[in-house]
Amino acid sequence: MPPEAQGNMMSGAEMIIRALKEQGVDTIFGYPGGAVLPIYDALFKQNHIRHILVRQEGGAVHAAEGYARSTGKPGVVLVTSGPGATNAVTGLVDALMDSIPIVCITGQVPTHLIGSDAFQEADTVGITRPATKHNYLVKNVADVGRVMHEAFYVATNGRPGPVVIDMPKDIQVETGVYTGSPKTKHRSYQPQLKGDLGAIRQAVELIASARRPVFYTGGGVINSGPNASQLLREFVRMTGFPITTTLMGLGSYPASDPQWLGMLGMHGTYEANLAMHDCDVMINIGARFDDRITGRLNAFSPDSKKIHVDIDRSSINKNVHADVAIVGDAGHVLEDMIKVWKAGVHRPDKQAIADWWKQIDQWRGKDCLKYEPSKDVIMPQYALQRLHALTKHLKPYFTTEVGQHQMWAAQFIGFEEPNHWMTSGGLGTMGYGLPAAVGVQIAHPNALVIDVAGEASTMMNIQEFSTAVQHDAPIKVFILNNEYMGMVRQWQQISYEGRYSHSYSDSLPDFVKLAEAMHGVGLRCTKPDEVDGVIEEMMAIRKPVIVDCQVAKLENCFPMVPSGAAHNEILLNARDAGLERADDLALV
Amino acid sequence: MRPQLPIERHTMAVLVDNEAGVLARVIGLFSGRGYNIESLTVAEVNHAEGLSRITVVTRGTPPVIEQIKAQLERLIPVHKVSDLTVEGPAVERELALVKVAALGDPRVESLRLADAFRARVLDTTTDSFTFEITGSSEKIDAFVELMKPLGLVDVSRTGVVAIKRGAGGM
Ligand SMILES: Cc1cc2nc3c(=O)[nH]c(=O)nc-3n(C[C@H](O)[C@H](O)[C@H](O)COP(=O)(O)OP(=O)(O)OC[C@H]3O[C@@H](n4cnc5c(N)ncnc54)[C@H](O)[C@@H]3O)c2cc1C
Ligand SMILES: Cc1ncc(C[n+]2csc(CCOP(=O)(O)OP(=O)(O)O)c2C)c(N)n1
Ligand SMILES: [Mg+2]
Repeated sequence: MPPEAQGNMMSGAEMIIRALKEQGVDTIFGYPGGAVLPIYDALFKQNHIRHILVRQEGGAVHAAEGYARSTGKPGVVLVTSGPGATNAVTGLVDALMDSIPIVCITGQVPTHLIGSDAFQEADTVGITRPATKHNYLVKNVADVGRVMHEAFYVATNGRPGPVVIDMPKDIQVETGVYTGSPKTKHRSYQPQLKGDLGAIRQAVELIASARRPVFYTGGGVINSGPNASQLLREFVRMTGFPITTTLMGLGSYPASDPQWLGMLGMHGTYEANLAMHDCDVMINIGARFDDRITGRLNAFSPDSKKIHVDIDRSSINKNVHADVAIVGDAGHVLEDMIKVWKAGVHRPDKQAIADWWKQIDQWRGKDCLKYEPSKDVIMPQYALQRLHALTKHLKPYFTTEVGQHQMWAAQFIGFEEPNHWMTSGGLGTMGYGLPAAVGVQIAHPNALVIDVAGEASTMMNIQEFSTAVQHDAPIKVFILNNEYMGMVRQWQQISYEGRYSHSYSDSLPDFVKLAEAMHGVGLRCTKPDEVDGVIEEMMAIRKPVIVDCQVAKLENCFPMVPSGAAHNEILLNARDAGLERADDLALV
Repeated sequence: MRPQLPIERHTMAVLVDNEAGVLARVIGLFSGRGYNIESLTVAEVNHAEGLSRITVVTRGTPPVIEQIKAQLERLIPVHKVSDLTVEGPAVERELALVKVAALGDPRVESLRLADAFRARVLDTTTDSFTFEITGSSEKIDAFVELMKPLGLVDVSRTGVVAIKRGAGGM
């Protein structure tokens, strides 16, 4: 054996730790079990990598997602075989849908037992094949280093996503020579970052000729990194055009800027949706024409020419035809667009753009997010407005669960910076927000991290509150408790004549006592004039907190483009939806 | 509703790393996204570099065909996808083994037809023939149809393989 190889002789488990270190990983989220004991033993013997013990493997993946989305670094997960791996699947699909870079190491039964229905055996690569961007089963200890590095490369390059590495237990124990380095790439997967210059010129010409333009930007700008958000701001301001962002793109453009129209889509603003419907040039950067955005496809922005910038070739022309398609990274393409724009002589027709803004201002005049305030019950929108107002100077990180509270958070919290908003958009996974908040807090120990939650979603991963307590992660779970699966109840009210089939949150725990029982702090508010006090108290506590904010039970989330409708068929309030205003007081 | 678009048949060549599970990825992509597979063949074509070539025949509207190509390209072990129907012209061939059990006139007739189709006799017993035939899928379909009344027992087909005409690759 050559001498240099001798220093590189180690067990598969040690190779895993070595590769993690070389990748600059400081934190992993995991849960032990028989098939990963060698890796846990190797973890025990080192102190570079911090292990966050979760309470259920699904929580580990969501925590890693929160860590990844708030730092721009990949999130790392370690779970055991069989049930450990299957519990992780929801989180993997969540990361796949929302383009979050995750490397998930799963234990596997020893290679000679694979296929024998061994104890805690599951076909993890089979189960996770459609749940990941890519996955590996390592069958030779000599491959461990290379596969680990390749997994990080695949997870973080191009359109980010989750990668699973299935590690049989014998491979973890066996010794071999470590190979691989953080520079390892994949031999065929080499995504293109620069966009085609010809197409970029064509796009800029189209932009310069626009009379009713709108920027429609999404999660791809966040994926591209903070620099892309800066370039987006620069370009949008140069053009003077209106901009709207998807749920996943919030923060890439400052909400306080007058050119921002708010979020678009099913629960987006009136002005954003009508601008999309009536525009003549649509500039899509890093958004994927999701059905929550387009509504009925044949009625979607019928008169516009569409420019689509996306790093993933398959996002282009998937749902909506692009007139100018640019495959590339949002940041790189924006940089070139700005160059071409600055070099050019053509400028949009000032009068036309002024008229377009006049039209948009008229739509804005509808004040589509207004709600009927109340002196007696806490309106959920009011609670979020106060939460935003009282915390914004601290630049908090927000995560959410899934439901009405998620949409209200998107509508009422103004995001100024990228990577401060973590939500499950594509899969819509209830139970995402609490563990995601733990991951965010671990990455940013001194920041204010708030999970805007619903009471039903909170119950999906409440066990991770213990994780927060164990690891001194002072997350704030701010529950808008309406005692209903509000989003489900809203649809039942609008589309099923108010038959509230199994959407009442019965037998709820006392969330204040629950927080206390789990060694955190519980707070409660039930009246509008208590809201500020509770928020301030919450902010002052350096421990995990659950706030049981008891809100109006039957409030609905508007605006709403019912599924299958066109943007200009948007419902602005209960009256549009054919409902009387929900009579809350009678029900309290 | 989208306007009614024509359904087209396309043959694609896909160059992949010859690694465990790669075929499952391709097949899973087709089933998971609701695409059609009319025929699929796979074999290693470059041992030194560990590359296999998959030939897949699929049907769909032009936007669906474009999606299929883009989706195949984003699979990590895929090196190259070539839509031979678009990038052609290409030649396509299929091979089939066709077994016929017959005596007397039908036996003679099967041999006569095989000759007309340029099928070879691979195996003979006193009461059966196994023919090997290559050609377009339509030609094989036609041959199999003709064998049915003559005592067709079994057919084994490779599925389509294809390659671009001329000096260029894929
Ligand atoms: C209850 C509920 C209601 C919802 N209502 C709404 C709503 O009203 N409005 C709304 O907007 N959403 C809503 N959503 C979310 C929605 O389902 C989608 O998740 C979201 O619209 C997708 O956002 P996106 O288009 O920005 O794409 P993402 O999922 O963020 O995808 C990013 C796109 O950018 C590309 N990309 C990735 N990296 C790069 C890069 N570096 N450069 C360029 N491109 C890149 C990717 O290939 C992909 O095409 C809702 C979700 C839930 C659960
Ligand atoms: C895991 C999972 N199961 C079911 C759903 C369907 N679903 C969407 S919203 C919702 C209700 C959420 O209720 P709650 O957390 O109280 O939030 P609210 O809508 O009341 O604000 C349900 C059941 C889902 N998104 N995720
Ligand atoms: Mg609720």
